[in-house]
Amino acid sequence: MDVAKQGAARVGDDPLNGIDMAEAGSVTVDTHEAHGHEAHHEQSFWSKYVFSTDHKMIAMQYMFTGIVMALIGGYMSYAFRMQLAFPGESVPGYGLVSQGEYNALVTNHGTIMIFWVAMPMLIAAFGNFLIPLMIGADDMVFPRINRLSYQIFFISAVVLIASFFVPGGGFGGAWTAYPPLSANAQYNLTPLGATFWIVAVALEFVAFLLGGINFITTLMNSRAPGMKMYDIPMVLWMIVIASILFMASVGPLIAGAVMLFMDQVIGTGFFDPNRGGDPILWQHLFWFFGHPEVYVVLLPAMGIVADVICTFARKKLFNYKLILFTVFATGIISFFVWAHHQFVAGIDPRMANVFTVTTLIISIPIAEMLFLYIATLYGGSIQLTTPMLWALAFIAEFLIGGVTGIFLGASGADIYFHDTYFVLAHFHYTFFPIAIIGFYAGITYWFPKMFGKMMNEALGKIHFWGTIIAFNCIFIPLFILGAAGQHRRIYNFQNFPDLAGLQDMRVFATMALIVMLAFQVVFLVNFVMSLIKGKPAGKNPWKANTLEWTAESPPPHGNWPEGLPNCYRGPYEYSVPGREEDYWPQNAPPDTAPAE
Amino acid sequence: MSTRPIATTRSATGIPTGKLAVWWVVGSEIVIFGGLLASYVMHRLGHPEWAEYASHTNPWFGGINTFVLLTSSLSAVLAHHAAEHGDGKKAAKWLVGTCFGGLIFICVKAVEWTIEIQHGYTITANGFWQFYYTAAGLHAMHVIAGCVIMLIIANDARKGLELHRVELIGIYWHFVDIVWIFLFPLLYIAK
Amino acid sequence: MAEHEEHAEHGQSHYVRIWGILLVLLTVSILGPVLAPHIEEAAAGVGAAFVKGWMITLLTAFGIAIYKAYLVAANFMHLNIEKRYISYLLATFLTLMVLFFAGTSPDVMKHKGQNWENVAAEAEVDRALKSQESDSHGGEHN
Repeated sequence: MDVAKQGAARVGDDPLNGIDMAEAGSVTVDTHEAHGHEAHHEQSFWSKYVFSTDHKMIAMQYMFTGIVMALIGGYMSYAFRMQLAFPGESVPGYGLVSQGEYNALVTNHGTIMIFWVAMPMLIAAFGNFLIPLMIGADDMVFPRINRLSYQIFFISAVVLIASFFVPGGGFGGAWTAYPPLSANAQYNLTPLGATFWIVAVALEFVAFLLGGINFITTLMNSRAPGMKMYDIPMVLWMIVIASILFMASVGPLIAGAVMLFMDQVIGTGFFDPNRGGDPILWQHLFWFFGHPEVYVVLLPAMGIVADVICTFARKKLFNYKLILFTVFATGIISFFVWAHHQFVAGIDPRMANVFTVTTLIISIPIAEMLFLYIATLYGGSIQLTTPMLWALAFIAEFLIGGVTGIFLGASGADIYFHDTYFVLAHFHYTFFPIAIIGFYAGITYWFPKMFGKMMNEALGKIHFWGTIIAFNCIFIPLFILGAAGQHRRIYNFQNFPDLAGLQDMRVFATMALIVMLAFQVVFLVNFVMSLIKGKPAGKNPWKANTLEWTAESPPPHGNWPEGLPNCYRGPYEYSVPGREEDYWPQNAPPDTAPAE
Repeated sequence: MSTRPIATTRSATGIPTGKLAVWWVVGSEIVIFGGLLASYVMHRLGHPEWAEYASHTNPWFGGINTFVLLTSSLSAVLAHHAAEHGDGKKAAKWLVGTCFGGLIFICVKAVEWTIEIQHGYTITANGFWQFYYTAAGLHAMHVIAGCVIMLIIANDARKGLELHRVELIGIYWHFVDIVWIFLFPLLYIAK
Repeated sequence: MAEHEEHAEHGQSHYVRIWGILLVLLTVSILGPVLAPHIEEAAAGVGAAFVKGWMITLLTAFGIAIYKAYLVAANFMHLNIEKRYISYLLATFLTLMVLFFAGTSPDVMKHKGQNWENVAAEAEVDRALKSQESDSHGGEHN
């Protein structure tokens, strides 16, 4: 312990240590660095799996919590889709869905899938796992804050689940929680559920603020010697930019959450126009965060896809810098579009014009990124492995989501489409590729690194085709239903003669949902089977360049116990002419044969 | 206690890791207070009747508290100055002094709020007072949190440990001070 | 002072000087609303009738607050010797709040616009102003 402390103190004395090492250049193994580690000793179950400060273990905690929450969210969608397909009948495995329960299920399905699935799995799990490994560091810069971040996140999940079991049941005012419905128990009939909901969401924000500070600082300060700005793998850029967007946009909503909480609990009137408040203010506070949030979850998925397609097309990322600047542009523009969610909420029509223009503008950088990805694929030697299939599916499916967004961004068309199933299908075509396809692309790609075993390709492909086909079968009918005028948030369409005739399509979509959920069992089986008896992966099964593939699989505590790697080139040097190997690891010193 | 990872000691930007993180914390706080105060200003400008509500605040309490916070900021920066010169004991003394400023601030606030609540200006009285208590309360919670952290850091600094943290808590404290610098005219002066 | 390092002396006196300026500014901002009517009168006397009391108050309240914040940020938080991009970073966060205000205030600050009217808010303003008027007629001192 004393030795370790001295080592740390010595390193800590020189804040410019990293820079000095960068100048030293050829030093791969810096001996005094290795002393900085804790001596390897047997850890108890609790300190190894529950209270660990190791970034990989925290990533696993986030990922498994996310998977559990995804299963809960999926189960909710099953219950309320069954109610829509077979109104009033008892749902197998759930029972009768009452009107209040229906609202609570829809609300919490949305909340869970955004805040407790997309964010922990894409940003927190991959961010925690990849950032230190990809920049050649031994851990995050603040391991204990990292642990605290997960603990707060875990508590927030518990609070959200608990909201279903309090008197009055779970909150049912939609995931956007518009007042006065959310602010007043007289209207929402869930005095405790609504408060639990807002507390859970606020805690989740705190967890991601702590995590985000860690991600940003780690990437900014702790890169391997020699890793310059343009040598950072795209996925890290995107995760960190997403964290910055989150941090910059969430503030007003935290303030709004405090105000809503006080409206609920103390009886203030922040959002009550009869007492000098304004309900529209909440919508602005919410969507000022809510729209950048779309890009907060989109960017990490985009980054995962970038890394996967480069590896499996064996080609350099097409115009790295242009993609990066496009991401910057997306991030900036994403702050100027929020009120397109409020075109029918009674905002000033002149503002609607402004926000229509900015909303249509933001489709340009996104389309540009997709084109750049396709350009990366062009002329590559493409290997259709499971992660590559997911990455390609992301591009195709997200395109549909993006194109249907044009209708909604134009304020005129939005007046008709607003709050119909068209909107619902649109954002599922964006969020499903982001949260689910993006996650599967990432997990199938990095599974060998995380667990040291290969996943089964055959099961992976069965899972892929089953999920993708079923997904389209769910939501294409919903586009048609929405265009026919089917409103969201309706418990039983049989009460509406104009819409009752479209029941067949609702049943079809619900059946497709059940098929899709069933195919997720294939993934879980594949996951567990591969863990138990998958082929050993070795260090670099995909022959990829980035630094995480130079560590052991799975990486030990400290990631590179023999000394942290240096970086000599960009992350996407595939098929470089004149080289025997078609890849060129970032840590291989120049003008020598590839390492190992 | 585990030792610090090597990652923490690297500094590719040239700014020490802890300080960089504090700047990001300050950034995220700017948007939290910014969102709340922007909401307040909008309402204040849109509701002429709030002028009368606001006239019941007492600028003397606000003024005294501004004085206290400005002085405690001076004390925090002197602590940083001492820490920079490696004098942990002196730094700890100044930090405790800063904490004392925070304590006075909270006490003045308690007296002020008690008087106001006794006069019927409670948080649910009307729009102005709900913003008044929310904004000042959120700020007061930052003051309390800052004091707690500062005492922990002062305890380390006294033994000459982790002296770089003195500057970090100072940055946070100055930010809390700046928030009050804006809250003061918004809540007490502009009537 | 125990140790009379020249540099330390210089640094400390600098901080104390900044603190002094801050206190002067604080005094001005408290006295601003009190003196504003007199200044308005005096200005009208010398032919500068465009100077109004509310301008003085606005200047002493918020102009001074901004300057005080600048003094604290530059000298106490040491933004003046920090890397430039930290200032840009914080300025960006502030700008976002201006953006938020710009996008939201047309709906929240105003109660009437092109083809829309916030009836509930207008009714509340009316009610409150009337009740304040009747209160002050009732002789209640505020």
